[in-house]
Amino acid sequence: MFPFLTVMVALPVAGAGLLWALPASARSRAREVALAVTAVELVLAAVLVVQFDTATAGAFQFSETHAWIPQIGASWALGVNGIGLLMILLAALLTPLVIIAGWRDDASSPDRRRHYLALVLLSQAFMMGIFAARDVFLFYVLFEAMLIPLYFLIGSFGGAQRRYAAVKFLLFSLAGGLIMLVGVVALYFQGPGGEQAFLTDNLTGLTLSTTTERLLFVSFFVAFAIKAPMVPVHTWLPTVAETARPGTTALLVAVLDKIGTFGMLTLAVTLFPNAARWAAPVIIVLAVISVIYGAILAIGQQNMLRLVSFTSVSHFGIMILGIFAFTQTSIEGAAFYMFNHGLSTGALFLVVGFLIARHGSADVSDYGGLQRVVPVFAGTFLIIGLSALALPGLSPFVSEIMVLVGAFEVAGVAVIIAAIVVVLAALYVLLTYQKVFTGPVREGREDTPELSLRERLVLWPLIALMLILGFGPGLAIDTIREPSQDIVAVVAEEAGQ
Amino acid sequence: MTFTTPAIEWAPTAPFIVVLGAAALAILVEAIVRTPATRRLVQLILSLVALLAALGLVIVQWAMLKGAGTVVLEGMLTVDRQSLAWQAVLLVSGLLGTLLFAARTRAGEEAFASLGAASPGSTEETLARRKGLQVTEVFPLALFAVGGMMLFTSVTDLIFLFVALEVFSLPLYILVALARRRRLLSHEGALKYFLLGAFSSAVFLFGAALLYGATGTTAFAGVGTGIVGASGLDPIILTGAVFVVVGLLFKLGAVPFHSWTPDAYQGAPTPVTAFMGAATKAAAAAALIRVLYVALHPLAWELSWLIWVTAIASMLLGTVVALVQTEIKRMLAYSSIAHAGFILVALAGLPDQAVWALPFYLFVYGLATLGAFAVITQVRERGEDGTVLGEATRLGQWAGLGRRSPWLAGAMALFLLSFAGIPLTAGFVGKFVAFGAAISEGGWPLVLIAVIASAAAAFFYVRLVVLMFLTDVPEDQEDAIAIDYSPLARVVVIVTAVAIVLLGVVPGPVLAAFENAGVLLIGAAG
Repeated sequence: MFPFLTVMVALPVAGAGLLWALPASARSRAREVALAVTAVELVLAAVLVVQFDTATAGAFQFSETHAWIPQIGASWALGVNGIGLLMILLAALLTPLVIIAGWRDDASSPDRRRHYLALVLLSQAFMMGIFAARDVFLFYVLFEAMLIPLYFLIGSFGGAQRRYAAVKFLLFSLAGGLIMLVGVVALYFQGPGGEQAFLTDNLTGLTLSTTTERLLFVSFFVAFAIKAPMVPVHTWLPTVAETARPGTTALLVAVLDKIGTFGMLTLAVTLFPNAARWAAPVIIVLAVISVIYGAILAIGQQNMLRLVSFTSVSHFGIMILGIFAFTQTSIEGAAFYMFNHGLSTGALFLVVGFLIARHGSADVSDYGGLQRVVPVFAGTFLIIGLSALALPGLSPFVSEIMVLVGAFEVAGVAVIIAAIVVVLAALYVLLTYQKVFTGPVREGREDTPELSLRERLVLWPLIALMLILGFGPGLAIDTIREPSQDIVAVVAEEAGQ
Repeated sequence: MTFTTPAIEWAPTAPFIVVLGAAALAILVEAIVRTPATRRLVQLILSLVALLAALGLVIVQWAMLKGAGTVVLEGMLTVDRQSLAWQAVLLVSGLLGTLLFAARTRAGEEAFASLGAASPGSTEETLARRKGLQVTEVFPLALFAVGGMMLFTSVTDLIFLFVALEVFSLPLYILVALARRRRLLSHEGALKYFLLGAFSSAVFLFGAALLYGATGTTAFAGVGTGIVGASGLDPIILTGAVFVVVGLLFKLGAVPFHSWTPDAYQGAPTPVTAFMGAATKAAAAAALIRVLYVALHPLAWELSWLIWVTAIASMLLGTVVALVQTEIKRMLAYSSIAHAGFILVALAGLPDQAVWALPFYLFVYGLATLGAFAVITQVRERGEDGTVLGEATRLGQWAGLGRRSPWLAGAMALFLLSFAGIPLTAGFVGKFVAFGAAISEGGWPLVLIAVIASAAAAFFYVRLVVLMFLTDVPEDQEDAIAIDYSPLARVVVIVTAVAIVLLGVVPGPVLAAFENAGVLLIGAAG
């Protein structure tokens, strides 16, 4: 069978190499090369989706297993179930859009543009690999190595504080990752050993002593909680969002941070179900705090990039709440939300980025009355904003409701508190819209350009997708039902013992 | 008293004979060949040929070796796969180190003083420099050091271990003192290294004498059985064991026996620092393994506190002090202290896996060390009149190196990431197997401290990366730094960088070879 997933990992790496190797005469074509690579990647992802057999969505499909470092039990093992498929689709979809959104960046320096695009492609390769990894060692290696391109994406391109932001990001992530490393090494000695010791299949359903399992769970969970920024380890995100390019942040929050929740679902909970149940109450409390705290801080932000990043902290709280409620509906909702949040927040960062590109300021108070000048821009912004507050008809609504309804039966109080976010979300979205787009036109903002064709091409497909999935969520939910069932079954079965 | 001549097995001892013989021959070359330029060339070729021949012999032996290995020279020396693996590691370090020794700047300047005996700043020195004198003795000295280290990894007798220790230490003391620039600093480093080294040798020798007194033998295997059999001699045995281990920990550069490291690293000519950093640690770790696993194995539990305490102290002190360094060679010196801690982590509880994990760890650590110092030789200060001066070792001077020379800065970043243990570099695989060894014997608290130290260590490695890539060249400093071009140093950088990436991405075959080396042959009690 054609090794789809390996090709999807290798292609962006080759693309990045090509960009760095471009002869001086062809360097002005870097954007076209990068876009072509990501377009092929998107086509491959589409083929995956078409060929994916939803009847057995819980099983890994397109599986490949090759010996990699047999001495330490590591394999190059890829494969996707329904959840991984959605994440890969999201990564394949957003990367080209981010490249189109930044089409005019670095106009003065083709060299910087080339480096930026190469780093974006490298990041994409890591995302593909991580969402498809079926081997804990491989997952870990990619999880950590991904920090390098991201570090340079944040540190080399962006605002004045970018070096500080990059180092903060790296140290937070490394601290989590290295603690996870202890868990990964220790897991090897708990598993069956041998040349395929790290395959997730060989590590599920181990009989572990209670203490070992809990320690292992914590070592994995901390790394994922940092990645999916969860209170109290979320503080790197606003710093990064404020200084990095909106395109970088869109990729980071919309796709890369999902590795945190993805890892919780496919590794932390699946491998250590008893410990996950043991930790669930604490995690749910932290998740609810994230939901409320993130939303309240978002309301107080003047900087729109910081604002959007805090809304994400809030949304990640909902996903984590859904995961650790361990009901069929809540886990389905969380997995679906991971996809929808990617669309919604990705679009939100990009649209804010377009606004910043026009006037060079992310400050809400620098704008006003724009809806009279640029009605289409305002409308697009409003729809994307409404998707962030989970307006019915848009897909985030479906997933948020699924999480809240699904979690209600097991964690009623938590859900009631978390539901306050619906009101808070309305505040942070509508207040921002009001300040930026309504009222009298602010001086100097009269000649703001309307949304260009290129920008529409970036945003409208995302909106269309949210509408389609908002009215027909079954399209996506069909692929995540079985994997969610499996996770619920693993947790329930272990508890029954 | 009759004296019986020992039977000498020539084949297993061939690599040692080649390297040490070539060193002796090279001393003769010093006396015969008068023209400095020719002498340098002859010495370089002789060294490289000898090291390559020895490496070839080691590989042939590895391929031919049946069973566990051979005990040669009446039990003085054990040539097993473990010993061959270490010899190969040391020979690779020696080869790359020799290339760096021979590297010259574009203006033809060497790394070594023109006349080692001339006092710094004297007329003699100026004259020697003007006459174009060269200290080509560095090549035989390096060969002696490599030969001594190779012996050090294979010796299974405490007396012979001491001889090997001195054979490789004495040349290093001299090499450290031979820097061409900042000679006083170099002398200071060498003197400290020598005094503390002599002191630690004495401690080692005292320990060996105590062990001999308690067990009646100096052979490792005999000491091991003697310790088990001895009764009522615990104080002597324990003191002896601790002293012997301390002597080795000194060479490893573990806290609290580390204080020579920063000065020696900073003062030594950078090629010497590179070679010393890579090879001494490997030799020390090899001897430590043999002593701990063979001679002192019955004391594993008693000595474990020593390993734990020095490991923790090395990791913490190395990391914390490296954070505040402003001199790049000192920073790497403290990082090497932290790495000594990581090496000791793998030895906690004496797990089986450490016996093959450590050779691999030190192999990749040595490659990164050689590469990093090779890069340092290429970044130089430029004088007001445009001449290229000494190495720019203040951290601030590295600002914007990524603009000046992206490939060199990229290679340096790669070596730093390997030190930090970031995945897809060889350093990660090394750390993974070393930490795995520790966890297999329940050393996970130690590993937890090690990863926290790694996270903190990443901060200062990354600080240099930030300086190189994310900081602009200061306004008035545009011409203050010159990127030198020395083909030999560049070769070292390329070879090590490629090896670090390859061993990070597909370490399988090499790891398999090292895994085979994880067997110690315990010779019959001599």
